[in-house]
Amino acid sequence: MTIRVIPRLDIKGPNVVKGIHLEGLRVLGKPEQFARYYYEQGADELLYMDVVASLYGRNSLVDIVERTSREIFIPLTVGGGLRTLEDIRTVLRAGADKVSLNTAAIRRPALIHEAAQRFGSSTIVVSVEAIRKPDGSYEAYTDNGRERTGVDAFEWALRAAELGAGELLVTSIDREGTGKGFDLELTRRIADAVSIPVIACGGAGTVEHVREVVTEGHADAVCVASLLHYHAVKQWGLAGDFSEEGNIEHLKRRRGFSNIQDSTPPELKSALLAHGIPCRSAVTESAHA
Amino acid sequence: MPEQSYVAIIDYGMGNLFSVQRACAQVGRRGMITSSREELLASEAVILPGVGAFGDAMATLRRLDLVSVLRDIAASGKPLVGICLGMQLLMSESEEFGRHRGLGIIHGDVVRLQPSIADGRTLKVPQVGWNHVVPTDGATWTDSFLDGVMDGEFMYFVHSFYPRPIDPHVRCSLTTYGPTTFCSSLCRGNVFACQFHPERSGPQGLRIYRNLAAHVLRTLEGIRS
Repeated sequence: MTIRVIPRLDIKGPNVVKGIHLEGLRVLGKPEQFARYYYEQGADELLYMDVVASLYGRNSLVDIVERTSREIFIPLTVGGGLRTLEDIRTVLRAGADKVSLNTAAIRRPALIHEAAQRFGSSTIVVSVEAIRKPDGSYEAYTDNGRERTGVDAFEWALRAAELGAGELLVTSIDREGTGKGFDLELTRRIADAVSIPVIACGGAGTVEHVREVVTEGHADAVCVASLLHYHAVKQWGLAGDFSEEGNIEHLKRRRGFSNIQDSTPPELKSALLAHGIPCRSAVTESAHA
Repeated sequence: MPEQSYVAIIDYGMGNLFSVQRACAQVGRRGMITSSREELLASEAVILPGVGAFGDAMATLRRLDLVSVLRDIAASGKPLVGICLGMQLLMSESEEFGRHRGLGIIHGDVVRLQPSIADGRTLKVPQVGWNHVVPTDGATWTDSFLDGVMDGEFMYFVHSFYPRPIDPHVRCSLTTYGPTTFCSSLCRGNVFACQFHPERSGPQGLRIYRNLAAHVLRTLEGIRS
């Protein structure tokens, strides 16, 4: 088996954004540009998460997926605000390979079973967003960490797997965007308890954090954002004018995120390989085949 | 004829047909998503994709009356490509949730990947991710659908079951997942099938589509001359 490295693009309207604890969003650039860059850099999959779709419409997301899937020949997972089988069908038709469900699934768990039956288990990723409580247990949240559910995150992960999820995306809201490392305990408890793959998300600030969540957290795949995004932005500089669309001061100043060491997919994978962690080595020839 | 020519991508309600269609476009072929017998028969090549359950897929192919036409196409010399579940459907039978008869185009069965423990961690089933494909002993991929793919190249897999063809000579590549080494692609004349998703396997996967396109062009030129 190989460990997958999955850049996560948080999308708001037409832009890739990045926040801390899934709030305080900063604009980083256009999703298509990030997607092409990561494809050429040997990313194993891509994750698009529409961070405000739970609140607003998502026509632009469908357009972005459509454009991306024309030129990117690796798996693309799309999540954020998908509520019904029809919503899932719409994003799959636009070219997504998998969908990620959270809010709608936790409100009505049968959706997981219905979606797995209709589209195949391997198409359905259930996103478990968790916050650690003072007693050491974890509570599941929805709406990108805005709404608490009262549901135990560990129980919910097991239930989602039983209902037919093909993979679990496990995000620590506490760590998300902080660069302080993944929540290893959360990841390992879930990864050891289910037979389906677990994708760890939230907190990667260094290459070492990624190694840890694989060897100690038993993650089957890792989602990374800030760790790779800032390097990507530096590569091509600031193209276009995003000043109407959000906070861009951080881009103008060309400052890195605190706690984040920039990296690239090939660099990250070389480091994993050096630690004996199998992963698909970077594509050596041009990705423009 | 060439301007209306197309690759038929069988729509039986399973899987991401659109990524297959876009991979066809990327290598200069028009992919038509269809479940019509007539359109399959009139196509330049047929792709049977698929994600999901074997039994449901066979039931749908029967309901759409596509079983006999697929067997006829396999026997006709027209390229027939099975991907993922589409590869498994070419086999005689599957043990997925009970016993199900397949298309019987390739003799052999489909069995479940065994979960296992290695280095203190569970090897997950389904296998989701990138894995190596290597040629079978003494085989070469020159002039096959894998022509130009590097020995040991990574391809993208999503599956819980794998096919076991009886005739070892049809095996094109092998892949190892935990304790299991299985046939990850097979070829017999005009029939090619792979357990991985070439349309999701980056530039190396697109080579397989490019080889299919070249095969189609040679055939079309043969008809014209």
